[in-house]
Amino acid sequence: MAAVKETIDTVAKLETYEHGFVTDIEMEFAPKGLNADIVRFISAKKNEPAWMLEMRLAAFERWLTMEEPDWAKVNYTRVNYQDLYYYAAPRKKAGPKSLDEIDPEILKTYEKLGIPLKEQMVLAGVEGAPKYAVDAVFDSVSVITTFKDELKKSGVIFCSISEALREHPDLVRQYLGSVVPVSDNYFAALNAAVFSDGSFVYVPPGVRCPMELSTYFRINAENTGQFERTLIIADKGAYVSYLEGCTAPQRDENQLHAAVVELVALEDANIKYSTVQNWYPGDAEGKGGIYNFVTKRADCRGARSKVSWTQVETGSAVTWKYPSCILRGDDSVGEFYSIAVTNGAQQADTGTKMIHLGKNTRSRIISKGVSAGRSSNTYRGLVSAHAKATGARNFTQCDSLLIGKTCAAHTVPYVEADTAKAQFEHEATTTRLSEDQLFYAMQRGLSQEEAVALLVNGFVRDVLQELPMEFAVEAQKLVAISLEGSVG
Amino acid sequence: MLSIQNLTVAVDTKTILNGLTLAVPNGEVHAIMGPNGAGKSTLGYALAGRPNYSVTGGTATFNGEDLLDKGVHERAAAGLYLSFQYPLEIPGVPALTFLRTALNAQRKLRGEDEVSAPDFLRRVREVAKSLKIDMDMLKRPLNVGFSGGEKKRMEVLQMAMLEPKFLILDETDSGLDIDALKVVSDGVNALRSSDRGMLVITHYQRLLDHIKPDKVHVLVAGRIVKSGGPELALELEARGYDEYLGVAA
Repeated sequence: MAAVKETIDTVAKLETYEHGFVTDIEMEFAPKGLNADIVRFISAKKNEPAWMLEMRLAAFERWLTMEEPDWAKVNYTRVNYQDLYYYAAPRKKAGPKSLDEIDPEILKTYEKLGIPLKEQMVLAGVEGAPKYAVDAVFDSVSVITTFKDELKKSGVIFCSISEALREHPDLVRQYLGSVVPVSDNYFAALNAAVFSDGSFVYVPPGVRCPMELSTYFRINAENTGQFERTLIIADKGAYVSYLEGCTAPQRDENQLHAAVVELVALEDANIKYSTVQNWYPGDAEGKGGIYNFVTKRADCRGARSKVSWTQVETGSAVTWKYPSCILRGDDSVGEFYSIAVTNGAQQADTGTKMIHLGKNTRSRIISKGVSAGRSSNTYRGLVSAHAKATGARNFTQCDSLLIGKTCAAHTVPYVEADTAKAQFEHEATTTRLSEDQLFYAMQRGLSQEEAVALLVNGFVRDVLQELPMEFAVEAQKLVAISLEGSVG
Repeated sequence: MLSIQNLTVAVDTKTILNGLTLAVPNGEVHAIMGPNGAGKSTLGYALAGRPNYSVTGGTATFNGEDLLDKGVHERAAAGLYLSFQYPLEIPGVPALTFLRTALNAQRKLRGEDEVSAPDFLRRVREVAKSLKIDMDMLKRPLNVGFSGGEKKRMEVLQMAMLEPKFLILDETDSGLDIDALKVVSDGVNALRSSDRGMLVITHYQRLLDHIKPDKVHVLVAGRIVKSGGPELALELEARGYDEYLGVAA
């Protein structure tokens, strides 16, 4: 209830994209454009092992032969890949050892974003206080990871992927690209060639990660692509909950974000991955905004493993994103809970793939799409069962809510079963935010915006409940803010 | 006092209310009766400010303040409550959340403090008990899957919590069995007070056995064609509206 009130207060306060500021810091760029030398440059900047450079170059060669996919229901001006910077980093000396070594401007940015890094540090010593270990990625580089020492005590590794490549090369080598191969798709290949940073998590067998892990991604520099790479491994019987948040400044040109996230869950492991994505969506006319072309995939490799994706997508001009689960281990479980809100001229084509390979694997998909303005919101999902996946079960529910008369919602489910012993259920609804419901709520004292916020938050409630509590409140606010001015 | 002068209301382009004049002093309960299509519900909607119900002439004031230039939620905060004939279902929003959000929204508009959670819950418990509403039901999304009778009880619960200054009850008796009618009427009667006016819109006299009006008005073809005491309702029940249909035409 307090959250609703907060939603309302926030809506009242804000008039435009909240994170549209630019931070003025000294940056180091690689020359514009993309070629094998740039790939080598990035690898060299990061002091990577030779095998990593080889993998990057192989990916780059592969990428050159691939075509940008055009099957999604989105229209956009194609990216000129030679007109982008592939490496932008805050200029600094050696890696920061403590917060004091970080450019204060960056810290200020994170403060504006509501990430109390310093507070986290203080809290580190306080028993019983809620703790979130934070890895902050600024443009291409991870600037700080908090709580590292405390995590180390329980054996959890949480660091930037660059650091992991240096400190834990064998682990990275074993798993990197094992879920999303470099040749998987156009954007994944590009990412493998030029990824600059991202987060790495390893939770050892039987360990329950003692705190929520989260990464905040921020695109700041102009004409810069952001290509982060996240790799999370939950070893046998381990548990980890991970959250990522994303923002970017307001710019007139489109910016490319092509991330790859790989999750590996071994026997009895459990990974919960939540995303609150609020990249700059462009203005009401569709000028500017982030192209969010992301490949996220989990491999439920071990028996009885479980991966749960929860996403709240309110930003980006164009979204192309399908967090998926390969249910390889017998009795493994995949879940996908999604809220996708589009307003203005935003276009989202998002959904999931649940690929049942093991016996008695189960998956559950709850997707809530909210479209307003002139936006287009597509759910695209695949549920498939391999011939050996006897006893596989899926339940899918796709609900679309339309606000106003100029937006669109589409549902494109693909269901493929190669065994008669699988049971798949699909439910879908499309409704319009009813004038009558709005009038009813307003007759009880709510302003139009308060009424829209309340009704939409009701619509997405099933999914909000899947988010860690603190982030649910934030997500609720975001949903309301993204829909400002969508009615009347 | 609710004071309506010469009110003309059109829905789309069709004129439904056609020069309606009516005054309900604070503390009085007035009933509006009339045949189907006379404009009874339109009167309630127009006063509450429903979109597409355009006031094309006349005035409506409440305690001297112009109602018609206010937004829907501002009229609510000024104390106007419309009990819906068909209360809407609000999926995903627990009744308690809806109610507390509404109450605080009204209080904010009036420049009052928010009600504290313990105070709110204590009051809800009392009211729910008197209306025989189970607290568990209030944790469910408002009106979703509720029976007709439960929805009407929820309307009364909301009015008791919001403590409006003026109530419009639109066909509150429709869909109620005898027992539910009694519970709902008792709830409404408990809200009768010297500083609160009520307008009871109904087809049938039976509701007026439970909620006794001070005055009865006959609404035909968009205007009041006859006003009288409670006995007028009995007369209508016996003789129907036929004799008035000629008057209006």
